[in-house]
Amino acid sequence: MSTLPTLMLLLLGVAAGGWVLRFAGQKATGNAPVFRDMPFAVAFGYILGAGLLAFSVWYYFQPTLTEAGTPNAGVVFFRWAVQFFIVATIAAFLFRALGRTVGTQFSKKMFRQMPLTASFGVLVVIVYAFTAIFAAWLAPHGQEAIFAKVNVLPGGNAATGGDPLHPLGTDQIGRDLLSRLIYGAQNTVGIAFVTTCLAFFLGGSLGFLAATLQGWLDQVLSRAVDVLMAIPSLIFALLLMTIASAWAGSERWLLTVYMILIIAVIDSTRVFRLARAVGLNIVVMDYIEAAKLRGEGMTYLIFKEILPNATAPLLAEFGLRFCFVFLTIASLSFLGVGIQPPLADWGTMVRDSAQFINFAAFSPLTAALPLLAAGAIALLTVGVNFVVDWMLHRSSGLKE
Amino acid sequence: MQSVIRIILQRLGLGLLTLFVVSIVIFTAVNMLPGDFAQAILGQGATPAAVESIRRDLGLDQPPITRYIQWLSGALQGDLGNSFAQANFASFVGADSGVRTTVAQQIAPRFENTMFLAAVTACIAVPVSLVLGILAALFRNSVFDRATNVTTLTSISSPEFFLAYVLILFLAVLNPVLPSLSNIYDGMSFGERLEKTLLPALTLTLVVTAHMMRMTRAAIINLLASPYIEMARLKGMSPMRVIVKHALPNALAPIINVIALNLAYLITGVVVVEVVFVYPGIGQLFVDSVKIRDIPVVQACCLIFAAAYILLNLTADILSILSNPRLRHPK
Amino acid sequence: MSALVEIRDLWIEGRSDETWSPIINGASLSLNKGEVLGLIGESGAGKSTLGLAAMGFTRDGVRISKGTVLFDGVDLTLASASKKRELLGKRIAYVAQSAAASFNPAHKLMDQHTEGPVQHGVMSRAESVKDGIELYRRLRLPNPEEIGFRYPHQVSGGQLQRAMTAMAMSCRPDLIIFDEPTTALDVTTQIEVLASIRDIVEQFDTAAIYITHDLAVVAQMADRIKVLLKGDEVEDADTRTMLTHPKEDYTKSLWAVRAFERPQKPAVHTSATPVLSVQNVSAAYGKIAVLHDVSFDIHQGRTVAVVGESGSGKSTTARCITGLLPPSQGVIQFDGQSLPANYKQRNKDQLRQAQMIYQMADTALNPRKTVGEIIGRPVQFYMGLSGKQKRRRVEELLDEIEMPAAQYIDRLPSELSGGQKQRIGIARALAAEPKFIICDEVTSALDQLVAEGILKLLARLQDDLKLSYMFITHDLATVKAIADEVVVMKDGEVVEQGPKQDMFAPPHHPYTDLLLSSVPEMDPDWLTNLLNERGVDNIGDAAVDKMS
Repeated sequence: MSTLPTLMLLLLGVAAGGWVLRFAGQKATGNAPVFRDMPFAVAFGYILGAGLLAFSVWYYFQPTLTEAGTPNAGVVFFRWAVQFFIVATIAAFLFRALGRTVGTQFSKKMFRQMPLTASFGVLVVIVYAFTAIFAAWLAPHGQEAIFAKVNVLPGGNAATGGDPLHPLGTDQIGRDLLSRLIYGAQNTVGIAFVTTCLAFFLGGSLGFLAATLQGWLDQVLSRAVDVLMAIPSLIFALLLMTIASAWAGSERWLLTVYMILIIAVIDSTRVFRLARAVGLNIVVMDYIEAAKLRGEGMTYLIFKEILPNATAPLLAEFGLRFCFVFLTIASLSFLGVGIQPPLADWGTMVRDSAQFINFAAFSPLTAALPLLAAGAIALLTVGVNFVVDWMLHRSSGLKE
Repeated sequence: MQSVIRIILQRLGLGLLTLFVVSIVIFTAVNMLPGDFAQAILGQGATPAAVESIRRDLGLDQPPITRYIQWLSGALQGDLGNSFAQANFASFVGADSGVRTTVAQQIAPRFENTMFLAAVTACIAVPVSLVLGILAALFRNSVFDRATNVTTLTSISSPEFFLAYVLILFLAVLNPVLPSLSNIYDGMSFGERLEKTLLPALTLTLVVTAHMMRMTRAAIINLLASPYIEMARLKGMSPMRVIVKHALPNALAPIINVIALNLAYLITGVVVVEVVFVYPGIGQLFVDSVKIRDIPVVQACCLIFAAAYILLNLTADILSILSNPRLRHPK
Repeated sequence: MSALVEIRDLWIEGRSDETWSPIINGASLSLNKGEVLGLIGESGAGKSTLGLAAMGFTRDGVRISKGTVLFDGVDLTLASASKKRELLGKRIAYVAQSAAASFNPAHKLMDQHTEGPVQHGVMSRAESVKDGIELYRRLRLPNPEEIGFRYPHQVSGGQLQRAMTAMAMSCRPDLIIFDEPTTALDVTTQIEVLASIRDIVEQFDTAAIYITHDLAVVAQMADRIKVLLKGDEVEDADTRTMLTHPKEDYTKSLWAVRAFERPQKPAVHTSATPVLSVQNVSAAYGKIAVLHDVSFDIHQGRTVAVVGESGSGKSTTARCITGLLPPSQGVIQFDGQSLPANYKQRNKDQLRQAQMIYQMADTALNPRKTVGEIIGRPVQFYMGLSGKQKRRRVEELLDEIEMPAAQYIDRLPSELSGGQKQRIGIARALAAEPKFIICDEVTSALDQLVAEGILKLLARLQDDLKLSYMFITHDLATVKAIADEVVVMKDGEVVEQGPKQDMFAPPHHPYTDLLLSSVPEMDPDWLTNLLNERGVDNIGDAAVDKMS
């Protein structure tokens, strides 16, 4: 274990470098305020950052094959990651540039203020939505179609156990993995979207009702939600899924419907809390009092006065909730109690192909398979979160 | 001081009440099982004796309230009933010996393992995220802050199993530093045990640190914007003193809250991570029991998870009351 | 002798949406030892920013782009962070607007008081504690021996403000910046803080920059006054000259605001039925009684001003009248008819006849609706107009409040200034064609010039439309300007009521007297005279306590 001393030595080196940087800067610029008032931590950070950058560049240009002829898998994965990062950045940049020139006055203005992360997020959401809607046209095969060749390796190269017909290979019963990955967008994302909408409808309407009416209804609903929220959501979902699976028996599609209902109800408690809090903040405003004193009815109050002012926080919450629901469903599927076969689903795909990761040293492409499905899940949530983060930052004004 | 004690007693009472209601919810949920459940779980070839035994265990021959009271009083004494796992096996063999493992026997060692995993995670995650969070708040809008923002957002957004496999890929497969399977057994040395626990703990750390760091950052930024911090700076106090003397005492409550919330979050995260690493903890037991519909175990695990969750939130609540000078020194 | 502070051609910018916009455009000032400079201006004039810049300090998102700030020969814009820390607290001190927020809630007052002297090496902790008690005594804080060992939340607002002044004095600085130290206080509390600040600044011969929007306050405190408008310096002169002979138009208009006063209307015929009659009303929030036996009448075309300090029950009275808080006893009569206690039981016409205008125009207008929609709703709801007729009526109403319809009808509230928002609030009330309007502190969130415009508008509308107003306010200048009759409230009871001219002339009820005499006047000798008259121990809270 010489890792620890090496690490310590490296850190010491960085610290010394930071000190030198600051000292040299002060001397070279005649004590300019930038260097004079620079905290040591900042100088340390600069050197550390520069060191990491230099190491990354060096590592990127390492050969992909070792001298023994086996693939240097670490380098391969690193290159993939860096290439993905660069392509994503360029795509986000181009997309934002496009948004700034095309579209309405409003959307142009929005794109002008948008940071790169948010435009990347929007792009990801659009791509996923497109894939989900047009999965049937995009996928080369049906999601349940079974081919004669089983366990075809990815890569499409016959010499390495692949098949050009199946660029990502086939699974153990001979289904085309690329098609299943594309259909996964439809199933996983679609189901998560439906569930979130349901949770919003349920939690949102009850939350606003509780905020406007207050009194006993508010008390009863709030206490019920308190209790439901005292059980961790994934645990509660698993418990209810056990019972649902007993009810569903061999009807697997029924279990998927139950799952949608269960997660929607569990998640609606969180939506309820937020909708109620947002509603309560609006209800105390003087313009609501003015409307009440004018003699306006409940419908007008909720739809014309409260809701228009709640859209921004609710939209952000919708994004967050969607991520949460999406991850919960993926986790359930990964654990084997979520979306049921024969529907293609990313969580299940990760579970089924997880053992391939052990082949990384011989065939990086094969090992990438479980990561591809898991990455597909992660990418969408990252994208949505980027957008939500920007929305929240914008609505909080210039507080930071 | 008396009012603080009163508030704390109120919170404690409320926590207990919540736990009580939660136990009713869990019990009721299980009682919504279809009637022919015992037959369904054992399959067509089950012996009538085994079916009857399961029915007796579920107490389906008694009214729900009696069953609930029995279950709850049993649970309070540490008796969580018998597991079905052996019954299944017994019915397969065709002879039910009547001797089965109790739920408590199954849970106890695994509970200890899970606590160990959570403790290791907390030991890494709490200091790292507090330091990173405070740094990000102090250097907000810098390159460092933006980079950590993007990184943590990515880490929060990724499912636990994605992070787990990425870690396995780099730390177990490509560079065999740590074992990718956590087979823990009795009588291992502490070092060995720590080594096997490290990878799952790192996975959990990634998720929890991201959450905790972002919350710490938000809390500290919020605090640094308050007029009394500006006042301290205008009194000519050094940045170090401003942080230690003026910001930290007030940051205690939000930070305690952040820690407790994230430890509570660990409870959920532990389930998936234990499955990935085949870590013999309570989360894995829970998932296995869900799959084979081992109801008493599911019920018990659920109660334990909920209790831990409520307890953590309660602790956070009470500690932040204690750290509030307004409540400690009433007018 | 060179000046203690010398600011030359200072330019300051603030960041909004990635661009830098100017806050201060080339301000200069100089301040000698022991001199007090008053900085006045309306909101957005940049007076706080300039005050902080005199300490070499800028808030986040604000930067000094050009110019120098010399303090005793040291240029603070170039000084290193550690050099500035040596000066701050020790030689330059700061008193913030909200003492409650600026004291650290986690430490006792005395610990915060001694921090400066101990850290700057001026005194030992024991000496500083002794000195602190002495300062508390000089600032006339009650229980000076003991008050320092309390936490901030255990001390009242006016006392905290004085404790903060003591803290600023703890190192005997050469300069103190007072940033609106009395704005958040009631008039009777304000006066004792003013008196003690002035005394202590004089005693230690400390130079001070006193920032405020209140002309009368600055007249008492400053030797010299500088007027700012949107980051530009308007005028700079010594206090007496500035008050008697202002040169610039802007300064003159500020001074003139104080002179606006409507003539008293003749008394109403005793047999006339009042538009609104509050009869023996008592009310409570839960079990806490807040109103006791309140009665007064409002006649057609008249304005009744309800005056009192915070907590006096004036807004609660309005809630009883509107029916938001049904009274526990007593009745509200409208045109001789009793109104149902709860607004939910009132019919559309009863609701229409009594309208309300709110203090905070920001929260009174739905931010998602355009001006046209906001005013159009009551037109449609009560009058049943729609389409073109509705639009024509909205345009008429906008005309009425002197805002060109073509320009404003499609704007959102966020695109209007504070005064314009308040005008929309008035138009919304007018749209219901009411007889009676409750104005709840409608001018207190506005700058003086804007407030004057609103008051004049309300007065004109009253004459044109024969409206009756109930005018809730804590500001006696507003009362003087607009009221016909005055109701003085304290602790939920009516202390005194009558026609304005009687109320502003002796003999007064003792509380009315205290309230009236506590309102600062433009005369620079006012505070001195008042203190001579009443004695230092007979102002503010002490006087209020003696009365009850």
